[in-house]
Amino acid sequence: MANPPHGGKLVQVKQSSKDSSALAGFKQNQKLQVSKETATVVSNIANGIFSPLEGFMGENDYLNVLEHMRLENDVPWTIPILLLGPHNHHFGSGDQILLVNEADQPVALMEYEGNFEISREEYAAKVFGTDDKAHPGVAKIFAGNECAISGKLKAAVKPDHGDYADFTLTPKETRILFAEKGWNTVVAFQTRNAPHINHEYLQKSALALVDGLFVNPVLGKKKAGDFKDEVILATYQAIMANYYPKDSVVMSVLHYEMQYAGPKEAIMHAIMRKNFGTTHIIIGRDHAGVGNYYGPYAAQEIFKEFPDLGMTPMFFREFYYCTRCAGIASEKTCPHGEEEKLAFSGTKLRKMFADGEVPPKEFMRPEVSQAISKFKHPFVE
Amino acid sequence: MSKYTSVSIPLTLHKRLEKLIAKKTGFKSVSDYVTYVLREVVAMHEMKEVPEPFTSTDLAEIKERLRALGYL
Ligand SMILES: [Zn+2]
Repeated sequence: MANPPHGGKLVQVKQSSKDSSALAGFKQNQKLQVSKETATVVSNIANGIFSPLEGFMGENDYLNVLEHMRLENDVPWTIPILLLGPHNHHFGSGDQILLVNEADQPVALMEYEGNFEISREEYAAKVFGTDDKAHPGVAKIFAGNECAISGKLKAAVKPDHGDYADFTLTPKETRILFAEKGWNTVVAFQTRNAPHINHEYLQKSALALVDGLFVNPVLGKKKAGDFKDEVILATYQAIMANYYPKDSVVMSVLHYEMQYAGPKEAIMHAIMRKNFGTTHIIIGRDHAGVGNYYGPYAAQEIFKEFPDLGMTPMFFREFYYCTRCAGIASEKTCPHGEEEKLAFSGTKLRKMFADGEVPPKEFMRPEVSQAISKFKHPFVE
Repeated sequence: MSKYTSVSIPLTLHKRLEKLIAKKTGFKSVSDYVTYVLREVVAMHEMKEVPEPFTSTDLAEIKERLRALGYL
């Protein structure tokens, strides 16, 4: 039996094709264009990944999340889910608004509830803990609108995930999958990276304590220097085929835009995976962080605030290959210094692949390196 | 926005809790501690009452897709 969904209900918005009559009922001036990333949020709400949310947040939920890290109904929630749009709309309470993508194709039908102004400064300070515009999440908020439009989704168009469709599972599907596999305890692994040996070790250490491992890489807009989506998928396929037991590991992708909000995002990562039916989540070093904005283990500390999260975090120190130990070790298990630690910075790694080299097998499985080498441009530019 | 209300507990219990949190770090007040413990307890009870969100038709269709994709 999978973990009950967050807030006690797996939200399921009626899914339809883009020319379905389920999307009718709106007037011509009641269209709102949304970005690709917002369309992804819509589909995540519709599939229940953001349960118990049924739409975009209203002001009470928003303020409560900023102030108390909880929805208005006391359910834990750390990052607002907002539809930020223009002020110049003519929506009235109860209106059916058609959300359309940049190509003017329908994304969803939403029942408008109201709108409110956000303070971008307050948002940045409370969600990201900084007003530094060099932080990608802060930069995004300051580049966007300040008018938050709230409402419940009434119907949503089933998104076309293209090449990733066969690797995309909904919470309903993973819940059934875990049950069919007979797993009672499942640990989720969040990643936006190609697997290094240390990630493999992290995942397998956690798997040793539960029935199943759910590898759930994030695909979507990322920052420059991150691996591209197709590379992440190809490398995970390579490592799974060669080094992971089939009966205790599954992988599917999550379409989601990273916020880089460190500890607060770690809680959101846990909530999304709870809705997929997992019971545990791996939280390692600098989870969902960027630069030096968050302490290396701040994302572990924050879980203490949520006795009612309904997810068990599994905390790990960073793993690495230690030349002295001649094996994988962590700060907790190895007494040796930095000079014994086999490490490559992102910059170094990108240069290696650009020069046609691969990292040593103690750092990355050869099958993973080969999968990366097959791409001419493996990194987001 | 979150608002607060009072719940009466025996003074004797309040004193015991004060002593407890004085020794244990992490809680600023008895109220914080009580809120924490009650949230934990409430969540435990709520979790027992959640039915699975799918019908038998869903189940059959989804199992078929999972098989076709090699997940099952
Ligand atoms: Zn060592």
